[in-house]
Amino acid sequence: MHRMLDVRAGRVELAHGAGGSAMAQLIAQVFHTALDNEWLRRGNDQAAFDVESGRMVMTTDGYVVSPLFFPGGDIGSLAVHGTINDIAMGGAVPRYLSASFILEEGFPLADLERVVQSMAAAARQAGVAVVTGDTKVVERGKADGVFICTTGIGVVPRGTDVSVERVRSGDHILLSGSLGDHGIAVMSCRHDLRFETALQSDSAALHTLVAAMVAAGGAGLHAMRDPTRGGLAATLNEIAQQAGVGVRLREQAIPIKPAVAAACELLGLDPLYVANEGKLVAFVAPESAGAVLAAMRAHPLGHDAALIGETVPDDQRFVQMTTGLGGGRVVDWLAGEQLPRIC
Amino acid sequence: MKHADEYRDGRLARALAQRIAAEVACGAGGYHFMEFCGGHTHAISRYGLEDLLPGSVRLIHGPGCPVCVLPVARIDSAIRLAERPGVTLCTYGDMMRVPGSRGVSLLRAKAAGADVRMIYSTADAVALARAEPQREVVLFAIGFETTTPPTALAIRLAARLGVKNFSVFCNHVLTPAAIQNILESPDVRELGRVRIDGFIGPAHVSTIIGSAPYAFFAEEFAKPVVIAGFEPLDVLQAILMLIRQVNDGRHEVENQYGRAVRPEGNEHAKRDVAELFELRKSFQWRGLGEVPYSALRLKSAYAEFDAERRFALEDLPARDVPGCQCGAVLRGVKRPTDCRLFGTVCTPETPMGSCMVSSEGACAAHWTYKRFRDPQPLDTGVAAKGLR
Repeated sequence: MHRMLDVRAGRVELAHGAGGSAMAQLIAQVFHTALDNEWLRRGNDQAAFDVESGRMVMTTDGYVVSPLFFPGGDIGSLAVHGTINDIAMGGAVPRYLSASFILEEGFPLADLERVVQSMAAAARQAGVAVVTGDTKVVERGKADGVFICTTGIGVVPRGTDVSVERVRSGDHILLSGSLGDHGIAVMSCRHDLRFETALQSDSAALHTLVAAMVAAGGAGLHAMRDPTRGGLAATLNEIAQQAGVGVRLREQAIPIKPAVAAACELLGLDPLYVANEGKLVAFVAPESAGAVLAAMRAHPLGHDAALIGETVPDDQRFVQMTTGLGGGRVVDWLAGEQLPRIC
Repeated sequence: MKHADEYRDGRLARALAQRIAAEVACGAGGYHFMEFCGGHTHAISRYGLEDLLPGSVRLIHGPGCPVCVLPVARIDSAIRLAERPGVTLCTYGDMMRVPGSRGVSLLRAKAAGADVRMIYSTADAVALARAEPQREVVLFAIGFETTTPPTALAIRLAARLGVKNFSVFCNHVLTPAAIQNILESPDVRELGRVRIDGFIGPAHVSTIIGSAPYAFFAEEFAKPVVIAGFEPLDVLQAILMLIRQVNDGRHEVENQYGRAVRPEGNEHAKRDVAELFELRKSFQWRGLGEVPYSALRLKSAYAEFDAERRFALEDLPARDVPGCQCGAVLRGVKRPTDCRLFGTVCTPETPMGSCMVSSEGACAAHWTYKRFRDPQPLDTGVAAKGLR
């Protein structure tokens, strides 16, 4: 029997990804201990489970956030929430996750354990199991601590059909809460930026909010997206392009926390382009919008939900906004990164 | 934030718009005002201010976007510098995407292996030089009078700390020289291609240089100048003040931005800049060409911090992309939509000219915020070109 891994002071070594006993030990001591469930316990190369009848959804996502730990979350919880949310945006109930870890040689085992335990807590809280995984180690300098890829499977309740092609002109656009919390919280602790803020990332699993919306809206709930990278602006432009409609927003209706607005002002950013990890935007038939909005506001993750605009017929598929001053502007795709203005 | 919100109040904006409409009704003919600063261009576009103005008030975007006015040759020099082994070039974000000749930008040079770092403050560049003493750290310093004092501070800091591997590639330019160049240009004086009835004067620049330097333009060229803050209500109020001056036949320097701008400016900052920098005899501007005494360089006492001397940099002749109308746009002669490249091959995603890069550039501001006002093109593919 090997000595126990020194999780407190040890570091990831190339041997931890080599397929030998060191890897087996890492998996047993760090991964299985935290994520324990019947599928992992079986120890097969794959997880086997019975398929429910009906429609399933599948999604995959890579997580490379820097820094790994930020106010309100870390890469572990984010890797669970993000993939659950992509499943939930199809109106589906998340069931199983896989997790693939790419570790950098020299990464502290204590940090890895913290990430995995956070991941396990997020999965447990969401009622979803991480049923299979993989670990690779790359040489120092070839990665940034840890990258995580998660894949998820979910089941669509019978009768639910939430998809972008159902968006119609005249749909009401509902936003589940304030914009930019995640992006600003992460930026506040980047080493080259660092500023003081009490803001927390909004990182959260949205599937229970979605379930409430599906129940309230039925067939009137046409489509949902979570505005992550590129923010609300990117999400609305995507939907407008794919659905062949224009979008009209009211700036004054869009909830933004004063701390986010202030940080954006300081950094020359527009909160419409800043990432979120616990918000969704829904396209709902006008006659169902009231009920869906009420259901959102009754849920803890949607109490700041708001009606922010409508879809309209528009061959050019513009996302336009009436500004707080009453003027009009385009809300365009983001070009490149959102770079701060200099004066 | 509450303070900023007060200058973005929709109710007050509508009230100001009504007063502007009433004032316009009292006057005769149209009003063509140039906002010199890119900060104003951005505010006007971002808040849709033109929707609140009568049709007879036309705003002409000026050359006050530091990223836009830097000529291709200087960008090429910066890229060549960044490509040297051992050199780390520090730059403000917007400069990364400006195309040099051959379509190479600092962003592309970085992807190809050059060490280019985006910074938020000049002090970051000095800190980097201290942290990596084996690298030659060069600050790509650009901007008008507002950004010059921070560059001066960084040089002083490096001198005080004895940082030997830090230098500055100085491209600081001067606002009054550019305004004078526009007013004296044949487009304005002789050909009458550009009508300018007054200027919305710079906000942040004026906090440094004060309001006094504009008196010359008001008197010599008989043009009203109203210095305005960058908030939307500031801009609307300045437009109202300009219209009143035109209607009254006055041409004075007025200061709408009294909460930040004094007649004498910031003496401390001006002293700092004067101690470290001296005027260049001439400097090449994109759009304006050679403008005498329009830019700064480091004094010889600070030669060791001057990247141009340290690396024997020499600008090589370089041309704008054929067809690019940035020059004419910067002089106010053409609107962004007059350029054949606008929205076809030139978008913020793939900028051909500098005005499409910075959010303060006239082309980027029009494309990003205002293109819904343009007549619908026959080729509907244009809208899809925004797609990634």
